[in-house]
Amino acid sequence: MNSSYPIQTKIDIKMKNNIIIKISVLMIILLFAYAFVRAQSGDIFIKNATLLTVTNGIVEQGDLLVQGGKIKSIGKGISAPANVKTIDGTGLYVMPGIIDAHSHIGIDVVNEASNPVTAEVYVGDVIDPYAIAVYRALAGGVTISHAMHGSANVIGGQCQTIKHRYGNTDPSSYKMEGAPRTIKFALGENPMRVHGEGQGIVPSTRMGVEQVFRKAFSDALDYKAKWADYKSGKTKLAPEYNLRMETLADIIDGKIIVHCHSYRADEILMLLRVLKDFGITKICFQHVNEGFKVAPELAAYGAMASVFADWWAYKFEVYYSTAYNAAILTKNGVVTSINSDDAELIRHLYHEAAKTKRYGNLTDEEALKLITINPAKQLGIESRVGSLETGKDGDLVIFDHHPLSVYAVPQMTIVDGIVRFDRKNDPKDMRLDIDPEEKLSDTYIMHEDEDRCMQDVTEWLFNTQNK
Amino acid sequence: MMKTKNTIYIVAAIFLALGSALHAQVVGKASSGPFLLKNAEIHTITKGTITGDLLVADGKIAAVGTNLSTPAGAQTIDCTGKKLYPGMIDGGTFLGTAEVNSISLTIDNNEIGNLVPHMEALTAVNPNAVAIPVTRVSGVTTVITSPTSGLFPGKSALINLFGYNPEQMYAGFKAEVLIFPSNARRGRFFRQSEEEQKKAYEKSLKDLNDIWEAASTYYKLDSIAMAGGKKFHEDYQPEMKALSEVVAGKMPLLVEVNRKEDIQAALKWLKERPNVKAILSGVAEGFKIADEIAKSKYPAIVGPILALPGREHDAYDVSYTNASVLHKAGVKIALRTGETENVRNLPFHAGFAAAYGLGTDEAFKAVSINPAEIFGLEKSLGSLEAGKTANLFICNGDPFEPSTTIEQVFINGWKIPMNSRHTLLYDEFLERTPGVK
Repeated sequence: MNSSYPIQTKIDIKMKNNIIIKISVLMIILLFAYAFVRAQSGDIFIKNATLLTVTNGIVEQGDLLVQGGKIKSIGKGISAPANVKTIDGTGLYVMPGIIDAHSHIGIDVVNEASNPVTAEVYVGDVIDPYAIAVYRALAGGVTISHAMHGSANVIGGQCQTIKHRYGNTDPSSYKMEGAPRTIKFALGENPMRVHGEGQGIVPSTRMGVEQVFRKAFSDALDYKAKWADYKSGKTKLAPEYNLRMETLADIIDGKIIVHCHSYRADEILMLLRVLKDFGITKICFQHVNEGFKVAPELAAYGAMASVFADWWAYKFEVYYSTAYNAAILTKNGVVTSINSDDAELIRHLYHEAAKTKRYGNLTDEEALKLITINPAKQLGIESRVGSLETGKDGDLVIFDHHPLSVYAVPQMTIVDGIVRFDRKNDPKDMRLDIDPEEKLSDTYIMHEDEDRCMQDVTEWLFNTQNK
Repeated sequence: MMKTKNTIYIVAAIFLALGSALHAQVVGKASSGPFLLKNAEIHTITKGTITGDLLVADGKIAAVGTNLSTPAGAQTIDCTGKKLYPGMIDGGTFLGTAEVNSISLTIDNNEIGNLVPHMEALTAVNPNAVAIPVTRVSGVTTVITSPTSGLFPGKSALINLFGYNPEQMYAGFKAEVLIFPSNARRGRFFRQSEEEQKKAYEKSLKDLNDIWEAASTYYKLDSIAMAGGKKFHEDYQPEMKALSEVVAGKMPLLVEVNRKEDIQAALKWLKERPNVKAILSGVAEGFKIADEIAKSKYPAIVGPILALPGREHDAYDVSYTNASVLHKAGVKIALRTGETENVRNLPFHAGFAAAYGLGTDEAFKAVSINPAEIFGLEKSLGSLEAGKTANLFICNGDPFEPSTTIEQVFINGWKIPMNSRHTLLYDEFLERTPGVK
């Protein structure tokens, strides 16, 4: 097989050439990718619009300049540098990008329902940049959402604050740089149903839920102490590394904001006691339908609340609810937001906020805060977003009517100065951007009768119970 | 004896004093008229908007006009600067038959079986369902409440949202529900393979046709027997009896259908059965075949409006624009929320339809006179005209705007207490006493 030598050599040369070509292509791709990443922030100038700053009143016939993805200036008679895309805002309203403090869009899975405590798992690992729900949220003016773990577990996974940079294919491009870490807790029926009823383990009652917390945090303190002993030389053998315990210890150390799914007044008070005992102060209650009953206690602790505008009665623990919840909490001094927890509701959070005008007579500014600066506070990103202020991110929504009017239609949504939704250029058919696995011929009529927090759980129970 | 009486008085006095606390969860009593609503901006819907007076007496709108004289015993309500509208009608809900969705024993609208057309939603309407006051204070006075699940889940009924028994609430329209077979995948827990789904769909279509043929045969034989003055069947066959009325065109058929291909199949099916008085309901993808629906002449109860598109690749706003597209194609439309506890959002569903092309006037018709006409009740419901049922409300602005306050609702001429669980909890907890001790 002598003749094979030259051929082999040829192949080697060819392969070498191939590698060179591949490297070159890779370099070019990397350059483009770099340019693309660079292009993740933009410039935009809006002229002569009504600017709803949220924190500094309203600027009528105002101008707003975004440069390099940040708000450069706000006011009247601002002029923009040449070549900056200019939008005539005459008759239009501009507000800060809407922030949803409780959502499950843009992620592949929601619940790791296999244990009452799963602090080690992380929603940031399952971002789906192709999710059409993100585009639809943009069409409703939402620029940031808190992609949360579900409510199957007492201590669920860590969540991820995402910016709706729809159009990117890199999952990590959605992650909001510098956003504080957050984690999902859950009280009441959901963890009781999944673990108590489903698996026959604690918790099957609200008493059990409390003890799951106490055990987990006590274990974490123990873990912390062991590491402290090792680091100080008191012990020679390093303790076993445990990501779950690391995460719980970080919660105790105030490095993670707790977002707790909750409904009833008793369980809310229970968690406040537990948190107090372990010195945990950063807490935002989620759903918190009976928050209105314990608003003074929430305010006194400095706990925040993220609620539905009017969802109730879909399960027993929300039967004694009121749509006036947000108003009562607000008037009692609790930092309150209105969230969606739902791919449909997220599309009209401005309308959900408007309902507080009917239910509790909140002012326009109070209502707008519920979907901007307040959720920003709950996610620890209020210095970056949530209001129209110089230096903040260029996240904006432009409406044709006041956003609290039922006739308001979002016209344009801007993230970091880049237009991510434009009603004038909205495709009638999203087919280029859909998940390739979707079956085009089928309609997915959703019949939701519970919060999205329980997504994947039925699936999981079905599988385990059939094992 | 005297002492006992005194004790009773004292106890009664204490109860009266504690009245507000003891009645924290009591909505209160309605009062009867007559009521003269003076100097209002009256949106009649069918006869323009006038500034004038409206007299409510004996459960009816007795008169609409200017400078109406006050009848003896009438309570006058000054409506200067206020607006009057007819009560809004929701063309599809589960109100009254479901209390807490996740607790099956509180759900009375889904009987077992594919063929239960003899079930009556009206039978299971709880006049004291907590969601009823929550709904009516929003200006929604009248709703279709429907049974669901299976092919023929039973009869839906139009009810007014005030009354102490279902008969008092009944508003004069019933329809047999057909949940038309669908080849759609249902939600995220749908577990069938494509093949299983196709088989199930085909079986479902066959079931429908078999049932229909049986009902038609029953109707024919029954008619012959009746003509001869006899009873056709000694056997008790309530299913066939119920369906035979639909076959005869006496009982309307409310056809729940959403997916484009399913609507087309339903239209074809109905075309072969011209006797059937059909009303389409849901019609989520109607916008894709609006002309076909218009050509069929069947009216459509569209909704929910605040809903996701059925398909991933559809434009984001198709549910918002659907009603408008159908209306412009010439379809007679009404709206529905498909809700249970949040039927109160009907004005907001209508508001979104209005904003996305339908316009405020048409959107209000779609929750008032249009459904009244679709139900054959245009003489008694759906507008502010003398002689009609006094279902109406007073408000201080556009009824679709969340910032508008619905100030007073009247149902069947009753002045409705403007309380619900939601307002009562607000009253009690806004300034909780004691607060934090």
